[in-house]
Amino acid sequence: MKNMVTEKHGETKDVEVDYARLRIPFGPVHPALKEPVSLRVTVRKEEIVDVDIVLGHVHRGIEGLAENRNLVQTLYLVERVCGICSHSHTTCYVQALEEIGEIKPPERALYLRTLIFELERIHSHLFLLGVLAYEIGFDTLFMFTWHVRESILDLFEKITGNRVHHSMNTLGGVRWDVDQSMVEEIMSTMKNLHKYVQQIHDSFQDKSVEKRLCDVGFLAKDEAIRLCVVGPTARGSGVDMDVRRDHPYAAYNDLREDFSVVVKEKGDVYARTEVRILELFESINIIQKILAKLPGGNIRVEDNIIKLMRRIPQGEAISLVEAPRGELLYFVKTNVKGGLSRLKIRTPTIPNVLGLKPMLVGCEIADIPVIIASVDPCMACANRITVVDAVTGEEETMDTSVLRRKR
Amino acid sequence: MGIVARSRVKSPWIFHLNTGSCAGCDIEIVAALTPRYDAERLGCVLVGSPRHADVLLVTGPVTRQMLPRFIRVYEQVPEPKVVVAVGTCASSGSPFLGGQMVEGPVDKIVPVDVYVVGCPPRPEAIVKGIVTAVKKRFG
Ligand code: SF4
Repeated sequence: MKNMVTEKHGETKDVEVDYARLRIPFGPVHPALKEPVSLRVTVRKEEIVDVDIVLGHVHRGIEGLAENRNLVQTLYLVERVCGICSHSHTTCYVQALEEIGEIKPPERALYLRTLIFELERIHSHLFLLGVLAYEIGFDTLFMFTWHVRESILDLFEKITGNRVHHSMNTLGGVRWDVDQSMVEEIMSTMKNLHKYVQQIHDSFQDKSVEKRLCDVGFLAKDEAIRLCVVGPTARGSGVDMDVRRDHPYAAYNDLREDFSVVVKEKGDVYARTEVRILELFESINIIQKILAKLPGGNIRVEDNIIKLMRRIPQGEAISLVEAPRGELLYFVKTNVKGGLSRLKIRTPTIPNVLGLKPMLVGCEIADIPVIIASVDPCMACANRITVVDAVTGEEETMDTSVLRRKR
Repeated sequence: MGIVARSRVKSPWIFHLNTGSCAGCDIEIVAALTPRYDAERLGCVLVGSPRHADVLLVTGPVTRQMLPRFIRVYEQVPEPKVVVAVGTCASSGSPFLGGQMVEGPVDKIVPVDVYVVGCPPRPEAIVKGIVTAVKKRFG
């Protein structure tokens, strides 16, 4: 590389300098990462020129485990794919089973599912906004968003009995009902929340926050489409997609008029953050509408879940939901014995993590944590069996028999 | 009690290692440090390097990929150290027990001082777990 070197005694020299590329391993255990993921970052000076992402540290073999369990046991297993969007996973799974077994959950159950779904979106987005604030060193905002988030967890605990894994879904409905006093409590929490989210929104418009978030981590629209990124990451790059509107499930068909899809064109970290903040307002709105419209009736078709499970024939189905991080897809294939012959989970973080490469290249090392946080990766969801040898670029996809041998 | 031993009790430094958890336990650990539960009032500090830590919080059932890293992190924590297994996963392996990629639970690999069970345990339980562990080993 040609480079101008400092002038000495008035004369300028042209010298060939080849800045050695430096490879920095980042992770899997790193203070800026909450979950193990390994990045091999190649830098020239401060600038990132290449990124290699290695997944698989949290791979627990859930799809394999599911094949040895019955349908109901698997319901509790898929809930534990991810602790942040557990309700999305169970909803997606249960929807597929209900389609195979032609079970129609009552209206009220669908509304309650949607209620928990939106509460979960609020909790997840607040979680991310806090982490983002933490990554840019704004600890006050981090503590504040996490404090606000506790009020949602309280609601979860009051409705379902648990703060993180709600176990709300069951075959053909939901497990817990909400009564009138609960409805009022959710309403008043939403009112307070609206106020707090407004404050968070204002804090993110602070000049110093903007300086860290604006104009870093660009993902252009065509690149976003090419890499198939989903959810708020795609919407922050101007891709107008949302499963809730495009393929409505649960009660979203009735709520169509009550929410809009937030899209921002710019494609930087700030745009993705803003999409999430504005989605919080939408979610609050949806919850208020759900509570106003909540139909009466049963919350499940059958109390005996084993009886229902036996009714599910052999078959296969695909189910889609819009998890907080984007489109989540389940492919479920049941067998005659009331078990699964195949479960395929395609989580939103898989495509979103691919988007990290164009975002990171050209940025500085100090921006790595905040850019990673801005796509809100959930590593617990994303780990797969494909093993990539980053040095040789060799890719090896292991199947079950290889894994057994290795064991 | 010397000053070093006393400060260990007064202000235990914590390192948190995720060995393949579903993130449920991890967010509860962070929640334990945020304003509602505020473990920092007990002097707990979350540190970024295992070499600075007194307490090792382990979550997750220990996946195969994390096994060598887990052992390395464990060895990097200076003696005397305490290990707290947070969550049912880390304590017993359930619900991932029998998985092809699961090597745990944690006590199969390193000695564990305190088990905090629950899926995930409440932040209060995690704080209690840390306090019990510190009292047991350093107190
Ligand atoms: S114990 Fe439960 S919440 Fe904790 S990591 Fe394991 S599955 Fe997740």
